[in-house]
Amino acid sequence: MNIIAIRRSVVLLSAIFLAAPLAHATGMGADDARYLLTRTGFAPDPAEIAEFAALTREQAVDRILSGTRTQPVTAYPDDLNNFIAGKQIRTMSRQQRRELIRTQLREGGTELRAWWLGEMLHTPSPLTERMTLFWHNHFVSSQQKVRSPKLMLNQNLLLREDAVGNFGKMLHAVSKDPAMVIYLDSASNRKGQPNENFAREVMELFTLGEGHYTEDDIKQAARAFTGWSIDRDTGQFVFRRKVHDGGIKTVFGKSGDFDGDDVLDLLLARRETSEFIVGKLWREFVSPQPDAPAVQKIAATFRDQNYEIKPVLRQLFLSDAFWAPETRGAIVKSPVDVVVGSLRSLDADVPDAMPFVRTLKQLGQDIFAPPNVKGWPGGDTWINTATLLERKQYLDRIARADDATRQMAAQRIGDAMSARAAAIANGSTSAPISGEESKDMMANAKRMEAAIRNMDIDIPAWTQSVDHAGFTAETALLAVAPVEKNDVVAGNNKVRALLLDPSYEVK
Amino acid sequence: MKRREFLSALGAGTLVSLSPTLAMAAAAPVGRMDRLLILVELKGGNDGLNTIIPFSDDAYYALRPQLAVRADGMIKLDGKVAINKVLNPLMPMWSAGQMAILQGVGYPQANLSHFRSIEIWDTASKSDEYLPVGWLTRLFAAYPVPPQFTADAIVIGSADLGPVAGGARAIELDNPGQFSHQARLVQAMSSRGGGALAHILKVEDDVVRAAQSLGNGKTLKTEFPDHGFGHTCKTACETLANANGIAVARLTLTGFDTHQNQAGTQANLLTQLGEGLAALKTALVEMGRWDDTLILTYSEFGRRPKENESGGTDHGTVAPHFVLGGKVRGGLYGNTPSLAVLDESGNLPYQIDFRGVYASVLERWWNLPSQTVLGGKFALTQFV
Repeated sequence: MNIIAIRRSVVLLSAIFLAAPLAHATGMGADDARYLLTRTGFAPDPAEIAEFAALTREQAVDRILSGTRTQPVTAYPDDLNNFIAGKQIRTMSRQQRRELIRTQLREGGTELRAWWLGEMLHTPSPLTERMTLFWHNHFVSSQQKVRSPKLMLNQNLLLREDAVGNFGKMLHAVSKDPAMVIYLDSASNRKGQPNENFAREVMELFTLGEGHYTEDDIKQAARAFTGWSIDRDTGQFVFRRKVHDGGIKTVFGKSGDFDGDDVLDLLLARRETSEFIVGKLWREFVSPQPDAPAVQKIAATFRDQNYEIKPVLRQLFLSDAFWAPETRGAIVKSPVDVVVGSLRSLDADVPDAMPFVRTLKQLGQDIFAPPNVKGWPGGDTWINTATLLERKQYLDRIARADDATRQMAAQRIGDAMSARAAAIANGSTSAPISGEESKDMMANAKRMEAAIRNMDIDIPAWTQSVDHAGFTAETALLAVAPVEKNDVVAGNNKVRALLLDPSYEVK
Repeated sequence: MKRREFLSALGAGTLVSLSPTLAMAAAAPVGRMDRLLILVELKGGNDGLNTIIPFSDDAYYALRPQLAVRADGMIKLDGKVAINKVLNPLMPMWSAGQMAILQGVGYPQANLSHFRSIEIWDTASKSDEYLPVGWLTRLFAAYPVPPQFTADAIVIGSADLGPVAGGARAIELDNPGQFSHQARLVQAMSSRGGGALAHILKVEDDVVRAAQSLGNGKTLKTEFPDHGFGHTCKTACETLANANGIAVARLTLTGFDTHQNQAGTQANLLTQLGEGLAALKTALVEMGRWDDTLILTYSEFGRRPKENESGGTDHGTVAPHFVLGGKVRGGLYGNTPSLAVLDESGNLPYQIDFRGVYASVLERWWNLPSQTVLGGKFALTQFV
């Protein structure tokens, strides 16, 4: 028997001896399970906590990473599938155009947001949604400028496809994504008179980060991107050779008759790109202060693995820094964390997410409409005096959302919305609004009322399932001990006290 | 330790780490913090050349064949410059000598990134210097406002705190009545945590202190225009009317990043700006505060003199800014930009350093030394 074989048999032997006691002891426990699931997805319900508590950290991370998806699980509403052709718009009357803007921008926008919120609430892979949202906040486009809900939906599907796939592939694809082409004015970037918007943001925000390029790099790169456009009648990307500048450009000291894809490859070849993205992932998942040497090490893997995202996530989720005690509670929850996480962790049944579209906006994260091309700054800036109060109000509402209260709220909100729609139809307000719109408003009021009525948040049942699983409400909900000393020991008031505690705002 | 004590200990720690000079300056006199500063942020980079128009410069028309404002779209201020006609609501203040126009405001080595450039303005840093907190936050740390004040600052129309980020007692709100109502869900009591949690405890404390001193009974007769910026001005005035002292209000009007189809977009925004500022003046007169208010506009940068192919303009450097108030010395300050001299990126050099404008606010408005806050001496402009 050679030495390696002996070693192996020793290892085997000890494995057999240790197997019995360890099988029970290796599970990471409820606290780690809640932490991991909250950080990598959305706050888990008691059953998910119990399931993951029995796994080791490594097993749990691998299970999360193997469950990711490239397609949504929920169907999106049919009317989001409409793209309105430019030639159709050109033949419309003023009134028809106004109507179109209303249906596309306002109602289509609400449908779209409700669909994605529903996906976040129901997905079996919260990591996929968190990463899709991460890229939405990285490769920013906004419905406010793009206007077409169909193009915004397509961009979401495109980001989802590679959310945990390949960054290089996603960069090339999203740069030619019609919503992006509109959002960063690529369509009007032409030979002879370039529009620098996309060239600047692709360097500053999508790849290198500020300070790693010159103004001249931007001017030259803008020339390479000329000709990237969209067909306004089909909503598809087109390359317009006639307005493309085929001349020699010099970017980062390299010269050639580069086109847009060539410039993107030049950007991917730079070390700064991998470090910029890994640093941003660190802030998303680990802590607000990236550890520079650790980031550089993971960034090297990112480049070596041809910009595959999963190996980076695996390293981050299994890093010492991720699990360190001082990292617990180090990140402020985003509005999506608060809205979706609270509903998921309380095991709420939400057949229609529409009522929460507005909540999310009030809390400061209107999905599909980030404030500008840099996206939501996040971190501590999620909380100011206005958004803190909106959070407390939302949490107070869901903590008190027993059946009777909810039915009353549904009635009140439905009545108020219907009354407004009726007032507008009677012409008793000054706003000039069509009959079509007031009909839509009525339908909207009914949908909102039904959505609130059919929701189910059962806190007594939730408390029972926590007890049954053998951990406490604090463990199920909080990353750090509560700040306010509360004497409430049980039931709904206990849950309400924990949701309103400042410690609930961190993860 | 009580939560309040913990928070002030935290504040003191931040202060010392900022700068030993600042911590010592805290003992100095308070200046005239009873005087109000209203900052109006034109977010996205307002195109200065179509706001204050160098109509007598031929180069202006050569650079902007599509976008140049025509003679019937402007009001001449002197033989060289005119104001965009949609800003007509400001003209009574101009005629009364209560509006100063600062021309060519910017800084050396202009950065053309929105985010970096606004950070430079908000922290009053050099172009290549990174400062952690807003310039007004440094001011309040060195020269605290009276403790009974409702807040150091109110912030309306923007989620980011800009010049009051990083520790000032800043209240962000949409509606003062709703603020007081919702504040009941916050209790200020306890005492621990670091990092993210400390930030949340600080904001809770700000809420509790502001809610305690904010009334909600007073309403104003002034009518505000019914658009986004009009509502922002209304919220600001209602809060000021019910507050027990506020040193700064920062209002944001957003949407100036006009790479494409600039004409209509900018006209709409400047209309909102002009109507909003006129209503703001009326309300401040109603409150008896027009003479102790200084209104100052700012923006991350101006836009490129040469228009682009999309009927828009790309990022530029300098822009003109407005200073309004009962005590303002009206008129034009700085030289009219000469479009014949552009830098290698096709942009204008600056005439007035924005830190000189801040220094003038500190020294000539609040009677406070500016050097400790701004980290250097800058030429003052005599607009007040």
